[in-house]
Amino acid sequence: MEGLEHILQEHPFFAGFTAEHLRLVAGCARNRRFDAEQYVFREGEPADEFFVIRHGRVALEIAEPGRAPVVFATLGQGEILGASWVVPPYRWMFDARAVALTRVIGIDAACLRGKCEADHDFGYEMMKRFLPVVTRRLHATRLQILDVYGKR
Amino acid sequence: MPANAFTPSVYRVARRRRELAGVVTLELAPLSGAPPAFAPGQFNMLYAFGVGEVAVSMSGAASDTDTFVHTVREVGAVSRALGQLRPGATLGVRGPFGTAWPVAAAAGTDVLIVAGGLGLAPLRPAIRAILAERARYGRVTILFGCRNPGEMLYRSELAQWRRRFDVDVEVTVDHAEPGWRGHVGVVPALIAQAEFDPRETTALVCGPEIMMRFVLSALRERGVADEHIYLSMERNMKCAIGLCGHCQFGPAFICKDGPVMRYDAIAGIFTVREV
Repeated sequence: MEGLEHILQEHPFFAGFTAEHLRLVAGCARNRRFDAEQYVFREGEPADEFFVIRHGRVALEIAEPGRAPVVFATLGQGEILGASWVVPPYRWMFDARAVALTRVIGIDAACLRGKCEADHDFGYEMMKRFLPVVTRRLHATRLQILDVYGKR
Repeated sequence: MPANAFTPSVYRVARRRRELAGVVTLELAPLSGAPPAFAPGQFNMLYAFGVGEVAVSMSGAASDTDTFVHTVREVGAVSRALGQLRPGATLGVRGPFGTAWPVAAAAGTDVLIVAGGLGLAPLRPAIRAILAERARYGRVTILFGCRNPGEMLYRSELAQWRRRFDVDVEVTVDHAEPGWRGHVGVVPALIAQAEFDPRETTALVCGPEIMMRFVLSALRERGVADEHIYLSMERNMKCAIGLCGHCQFGPAFICKDGPVMRYDAIAGIFTVREV
């Protein structure tokens, strides 16, 4: 467990976390590995985990009948993967595919949600970290939609 | 250059290269003599005879003293006319004009180059100058974003830079195609992951203004000071010497006080919509 706490502490998402809060997260965590082309999760499946990417790269994509999946974002080292674990009904909205060997720490969602409920200070700290990530991605998506590089 | 800054010199197209659909690179040689020296970041006014003039940044190496290299996107009547010029055709050239990237001043610092779309063109002379004297700089990082893999400017040169061990190159696209194995997402998002010392970094940024706003936000979040951030601004330039006022940007004129501007000098007006 100490190893996981150390790894979490080194990750930007958890920078500045107290030792006690790190211990709470680590209690729900496990190391995971995904080979290139392996799916981390698929749309519609239960979002029972969220992921702290240690290295590698994961493509978020949407499957479309009769066409190749559309990749709309990639995430890599230092980022977190998955927001559906925190929003009912806790189902993945997209597919996530490792595009290279990817090592992550998977954090059990039910375990983490339970700890957030039990300790609101901890829960608030998690949300303070999590919301900016989601917001940044929303802003980035808006910029992507603007299609700024072409003829205007 | 002629004594009168409004009189173009006649150049011929020595080489023409199709970069992308609607984007060509023209190598221009003077009919006589050698082109004047320029600094990375500066621009020329290119005159398609009988059609008009547009400002286009130099995109070749400043060390190349035989020709001017310009990468032109065909968006209006003048740039379309320029884009259709074939080797041997002539055009008028006024310049070089404007301010330059702080290539010499950045020596000893990490250099972060952030380019979007055709914004890589004005940065290419700076990149070439920095790589030519690579040992003078700290960590050098190039972040480039474009619409999709098919619209990647200078693809082969980007690949060459990526193969070097002394430069970090990351390319991201807004929209991926099957088979693309690189980043997908906007270029500002790469800044959070890039390795540089924010306290000792010179950032050179060029691309659509909307993109630059998001890049600024990401740079500030990493702790890069405004006085270490340089942007290449675009406005409708006509006279190129600060007389006509077409490119007025608050108290400045982009043609003579820019196009490369230090962010702290324009921070007060950069986001003012009416400017």
